[in-house]
Amino acid sequence: MKIFVCLKQVPDTETKIKIAADQRSIDTAGIKWVINPYDEFAVEEAVKMKEANPGAQVFAITVGPKARVADSLRTALAMGADEGILINSAENIDTFSTAKALAAAITQEGGAQIIFTGKVAIDDNSSAVSQMLAEFLKIPHVTVVSKFSKTADSQFTVERDVEGGSKEVIQINGPCVIAANKGLNMPRYASLPGIMKAKKKVLKELEASSLGVLATDQKVVLNSYTLPADKAPVKMLSGDASSQVTQLVQSLRDEAKVL
Amino acid sequence: MSTILVFVEHQKNQIKRSSVELLQAAQKSGLKTCAVLFGTGVENLANSAAQNGAQEVHTFKSADFDQYNPEMFLAAMSDLLEKIKPSIVLSSASSLGKDLFPRLAARFQSGVASDCTELKIENGKVTAKKPLYSGKCFAETSFENSPIQFVLMRANQLPVSAANPSATTSAIDHTINKPDLKTIIQNVVKGASEKLDLTEANVIVSGGRGLKEAGNFKLLNDLADVLGATVGASRAVVDAGWVSHGMQVGQTGKTVAPTLYIAVGLSGAIQHLAGMSGSKVIVAINNDPQAPIFQKATYGIVGDLFEVVPKLTEEFKKVLNK
Repeated sequence: MKIFVCLKQVPDTETKIKIAADQRSIDTAGIKWVINPYDEFAVEEAVKMKEANPGAQVFAITVGPKARVADSLRTALAMGADEGILINSAENIDTFSTAKALAAAITQEGGAQIIFTGKVAIDDNSSAVSQMLAEFLKIPHVTVVSKFSKTADSQFTVERDVEGGSKEVIQINGPCVIAANKGLNMPRYASLPGIMKAKKKVLKELEASSLGVLATDQKVVLNSYTLPADKAPVKMLSGDASSQVTQLVQSLRDEAKVL
Repeated sequence: MSTILVFVEHQKNQIKRSSVELLQAAQKSGLKTCAVLFGTGVENLANSAAQNGAQEVHTFKSADFDQYNPEMFLAAMSDLLEKIKPSIVLSSASSLGKDLFPRLAARFQSGVASDCTELKIENGKVTAKKPLYSGKCFAETSFENSPIQFVLMRANQLPVSAANPSATTSAIDHTINKPDLKTIIQNVVKGASEKLDLTEANVIVSGGRGLKEAGNFKLLNDLADVLGATVGASRAVVDAGWVSHGMQVGQTGKTVAPTLYIAVGLSGAIQHLAGMSGSKVIVAINNDPQAPIFQKATYGIVGDLFEVVPKLTEEFKKVLNK
């Protein structure tokens, strides 16, 4: 059984974002890069599945500038993935190009019985690559998955989180793409022996361009980056609790006009 | 003239406000505005769609579309796009919208701009503002090499004006050949709350570790009931298991932009601030005057939340006559 897990390297959530001089990217100086938090759930689920299915293999795959993103694959290998596949690309390639590159690489590696991803990357917040990848591979997908179990050979039951705390219980026949939400599992930490072993594991490098990704596959461009507008200084309300509360409700009604 | 298609979502026999926003924005673009609705009885919403700007209303009124199934909706939308050949497709960045449209975009060799907060359509070209890093910065999104421009808008971002009560139209219904389904929706477990989802809510009351224990969220539920608000939470209390992940606001939870956000006992970690700083008016209640949440707040109360929140609930009741 071939299990693929797609991951993206993103700035740590503690990062204070600064805009680069070109206003088309962020200043990456001093940024701590991590595996996208939702992709960690995907890695964990892939490794758990391998552990439950002897003979299964986990391939961790990522797209990005190779000097930077190799680290995230090493982390996935240390968590238990067997092999890494790095697709070297420019910074800021869009979701269509990324999905096309992933689909081509997975096909070239002989295809997958199941593909795990994260439901969204916390940098561009697109929630798009998982579904686009499924489309290019002509296989079904479920996104925002917080519960996953194998019910038969190549048949899975999953729970998808939707609005208002509701959950859809879905049966899906593989091969398929499963996009993980928080709650699916608790990702393990890479152990020291895991880290040592990861150094000896295969990390293959491919080029996005040699996978058939063309310049015209860039469909969406991002320009004119700006920081959020400065807020007016906070109005601190004084006095005892009762008087603070009266002032607050009055201000919300008469000044802010939101009641 | 080129066509703009709005994917219209509905609830309780009404078009959702988020879809009304899109219909009205589409009408202002000057393009031919089409709407599409799915599910039993949607032909009754055709006039409402027309009153908000749709010139042509398409429906898939088979009961097969009462519950979202990605394969069914993909098949239907693919057929419709082949027929009416829009240059722009608008949808809300709802659970359904975010699941369906990226895949549809890939099928039509097109890109998708997700989770946008501002929308400009000039000469048929879209420019949309979109938060990155959950709102730590913003960028202008535009399309190239994209036969259809797919745009997913966040709710509550676009203005809504009065509908034109005299507009009417009759719906054009479509059917599909049911594909061989690989995904089957077995069951839908309804959430306990009847309230709007955080991403659609106009008022949010959010709590953090200052509440000391899970049971004290009752204080926030009481306050929220008076305001018709939805309750949210910080990552710390979600990770502690006090409330479910669906309630988490922040970079690894939901990004929200209500008119009023009341943060209670919540210090304001950077990933939380990223998820809520788009709120119009922010009230912070915290016993620590140094808490970072006060930097983002419009109004601040330094005090004991266990004293302040019940008083606030009572005061709102009085003022709102409840």
